[in-house]
Amino acid sequence: MDWFLQQLINGLALGAIYALIALGYTMVYGVLRFINFAHSDVLMLGAFAAYYLAPPVASALGTASVPTALVVIILSAAICAVIGMTIEFLAYRPLRQRPRLTVLITAIGVSLFIEFTGQHEKVFGAATKPFPTLLPKKEIIVGALRCSSNDLVVVGLTAVLLAAMWFIVQRTKVGMAMRAVSFNEQAASLMGVNVNAIISFTFAIGSALAAIGGIFYSMRAPGIEPLMGVQPGLRAFIAAVLGGIGNLPGAALGGLVLGLIETFFGGMPGLSDYRDGIAFALLILILLFRPAGLLGKLQTEKV
Amino acid sequence: MNRRIFFSALGAAVLGLAGCQKTSTDEIPVGEFASLTGKEATFGQSSHEGTQLAVEELNAAGGVLGKKIKLLTEDNGSKPGESANAVNKLVAKDNVVAILGEVASSRSLEAAPICQSNKTPQISPSSTNPKVTETGDYIFRVCFIDPFQGTVMANFAKKTLKAQKVAIFTDVKSDYSKGLAKFFKEGFLKAGGQIVSELDYNGGDKDFKGQLTAIKAGNPDGVFVPGYYTDAALICIQAKEVGLTVPIFGGDGWESEKLTEIGKDAVEGTYFSTHYSPDAGGDKGKAFVEAYKKRYNGKLPDAMAALGYDSAMILADAIKRAGSAEGPKVRDALAATKDFDAVTGKITINAQRDADKAAVILQVKDGKFKYIETIAP
Amino acid sequence: MRGKEKIFLLLAIIAAMGVSCASASFNRYYLGVAIDVGINIILAVSLNLINGHTGQFSLGHAGFMAVGGYVAAKITLVWGSALPAGAQPFLFAGALLVGGIVAALAGLAVGVPSLRLRGDYLAIVTLGFGEIIRVIFQTSDYFGAATGLTGIAKLTNFGWAWGLAAVTVYVVASLVNSTYGRGFIAVHDDEIAASAMGINPVRYKVTAFVVGAFFAGIAGGLYAHHKAVLSPGGFDFIKSIEIVVMVILGGMGRTAGVIFAAVILTILPELLRGVAEYRMIIYSLLIIGLMLTRPQGLFTFGKKGTAS
Repeated sequence: MDWFLQQLINGLALGAIYALIALGYTMVYGVLRFINFAHSDVLMLGAFAAYYLAPPVASALGTASVPTALVVIILSAAICAVIGMTIEFLAYRPLRQRPRLTVLITAIGVSLFIEFTGQHEKVFGAATKPFPTLLPKKEIIVGALRCSSNDLVVVGLTAVLLAAMWFIVQRTKVGMAMRAVSFNEQAASLMGVNVNAIISFTFAIGSALAAIGGIFYSMRAPGIEPLMGVQPGLRAFIAAVLGGIGNLPGAALGGLVLGLIETFFGGMPGLSDYRDGIAFALLILILLFRPAGLLGKLQTEKV
Repeated sequence: MNRRIFFSALGAAVLGLAGCQKTSTDEIPVGEFASLTGKEATFGQSSHEGTQLAVEELNAAGGVLGKKIKLLTEDNGSKPGESANAVNKLVAKDNVVAILGEVASSRSLEAAPICQSNKTPQISPSSTNPKVTETGDYIFRVCFIDPFQGTVMANFAKKTLKAQKVAIFTDVKSDYSKGLAKFFKEGFLKAGGQIVSELDYNGGDKDFKGQLTAIKAGNPDGVFVPGYYTDAALICIQAKEVGLTVPIFGGDGWESEKLTEIGKDAVEGTYFSTHYSPDAGGDKGKAFVEAYKKRYNGKLPDAMAALGYDSAMILADAIKRAGSAEGPKVRDALAATKDFDAVTGKITINAQRDADKAAVILQVKDGKFKYIETIAP
Repeated sequence: MRGKEKIFLLLAIIAAMGVSCASASFNRYYLGVAIDVGINIILAVSLNLINGHTGQFSLGHAGFMAVGGYVAAKITLVWGSALPAGAQPFLFAGALLVGGIVAALAGLAVGVPSLRLRGDYLAIVTLGFGEIIRVIFQTSDYFGAATGLTGIAKLTNFGWAWGLAAVTVYVVASLVNSTYGRGFIAVHDDEIAASAMGINPVRYKVTAFVVGAFFAGIAGGLYAHHKAVLSPGGFDFIKSIEIVVMVILGGMGRTAGVIFAAVILTILPELLRGVAEYRMIIYSLLIIGLMLTRPQGLFTFGKKGTAS
């Protein structure tokens, strides 16, 4: 039983990170109806931003302290928000009227560009770098169960951010505009909504969330390298689809479920090899049998 | 339209094939392929530095058979498929006399068939999977092989660490890791030990808590992680977080400064086997360490660098003994290598074209690798 | 029209085999590259059928190639020594064929579930299938697991590679240019309209996947017997992307352009060895640039209508 509970804790902590990243995917899909392949790379850029920012900030505010962590996280999120908006402006906006496939291919191109430029020796280099300690780490032991203080922070902050997102989308004017654009772009613009600004805003938030997710991920596994975003990005995407793409609570639920599945499967001998394959198999199964996801609604295609 | 394009392409291919052969110069071209960039960049960079130092020393002393050695290096980016392309080019286009490389067994295996069918000798500095030299009689290595390394670690775990039950955590994407795990298991069972669990991870994964929790539940006395340094470091960190406090140990894939850079205090006290330690060598070893430090800004050489150096030196020696740079003659001279005084010990190439050499066990202490003991074959 | 195409096909095969006989006098390195070009033509043209002509964005083509390669290699590895030297070419042909058929079955397995999916989802699902196939080979000890298969006989030569490339071009072009084949383009342009016109999109989509996968499997078999070593790591997402880039560069749906792109994109990396570290960066910029400025591809000559 202990084993089960421990895995539960492990899975939840991992799932919270996936949920954060999945939020970004789902928000962008909601507004633009396309999967931003480059999202996983923004996650990586967030981690690297933190890597470079941490030493100067730490020398002013102290290594591994709460103020340092806060400042680094906020700054990295802000940097990635700007990066996300820039990508949207340069690569996706000009293709707004083109077929979906064109944008998808472009997104793949952007993703590969960021990954391979990052791997170049003069940029980040392909070797793994040690991620700095941002928060003091304490072991929390309750009976036979243990978790790291980092895990608690991650789960807590994720919950707070999810609530904040929900609040923004459901209760503010900006959120209403976002929902309007996701419903019907043309009608929204006729109603006076500045569609371009809303889309930029969505990308900014999504990218900021990805950056934070990337930093949390690196706190768990303190080795960062330019391709680090690929696996978690893919998992988070599957999580978003699992929960119902375009649906915020769905993304959170999907993230948690996927984190749990991955952790439990990982711990079973014989099955751990197939971890990668299982995530994909799950995706295919959802798309076959319940394409709207757990919490989503099926959308009929108008001719 | 199709046809036009197709035939032009065909025609161009034919024309292109009437390509020119390289003219021979006063140099002996030697090819090297390594992972200079990418996931295992430190391996390739180290072995290249060792090889380069050797070539520079040889050329400074007048070269081999009166000719200078020209080292042609190709990077494979730690990616599968690239080594074949790189070696193909070196062998067929640059007409190299021999190929030096690679550190990783999987990449050596890619190149070996090309070298073998082209009758170009290949010397791997530190690929330990037995299959590499099994490819053919032109493939050599200057290091021990995994059946030996697995047994070394198995005995070390049983006798020195006094572990009765061990868990094995293997990188399922790497044949080096799988091979070493298999040999360790055989050795450990033979020594009377018990394997309580065998779990896998995918090289490059960042989350191991699921598997580590399961390993912990099996109550092992030790965990064997026959993988590469980046994953090993992360595994040690997360092992500590799930409360796995038993000794964790591995093989020569752990040897890199990155292990301590990433692992920090989580890797303190861990052990691994490897080919060489700067503290273990004799006079030749000390001279090499000094030369390496001088050439590379005070850096200390690791096993890959030392073996890279030795592979080049043995090649030069073989060419000298053969009296010629022709493939078959060099091959025969290599196969006859006996008690060659190398940096990493005395090298004798046995009938399987492997080197019968001792292994050293290192422990991570204060962020550095401390030499523990040497184990002879 | 048909007769002419057949004559050209025959000529192409004879030319390829002729060149092959003289291959001893060619530089080995260049010969290797030329064979790579032939194999990539097959891959690009077969993917073009799925992506370009039928508009199904598939990102898992490397998976089909892997299936064909592994199956063909296993066959020659198991039976190669049992047969005399004279029978080797027949064994090879048989192995390639079986590899292609198994790959076609994989194409069926991928195509059927993907029927209801559009654009983005289809891309991800095919990516997923490609990865699942890779994971299966990586864990299967029968196929060598992480090591893969080694010691495969080097049976591929210029004749096989280019001869089969000619066959692929012929089959795909004939298929698309036929009256039946118009259905592919109809499904691409507007699926609902096509089905309203009585064209069964299901049948076309599945056919595209099956035929495309079959030839990818053949290419895989040729590849296996060219490199003599097969490892699962070589059939990942990046490999699929490299093939996709050829199709995009050549203009989705244009066989001629795609052939040209395959040639260029095989030779270029070898020529640019000096700047190899920039290769993928250049590729990705190429993709972005093309989509922004010339989504119909770089090597497009003539109108799209005839899909040639």
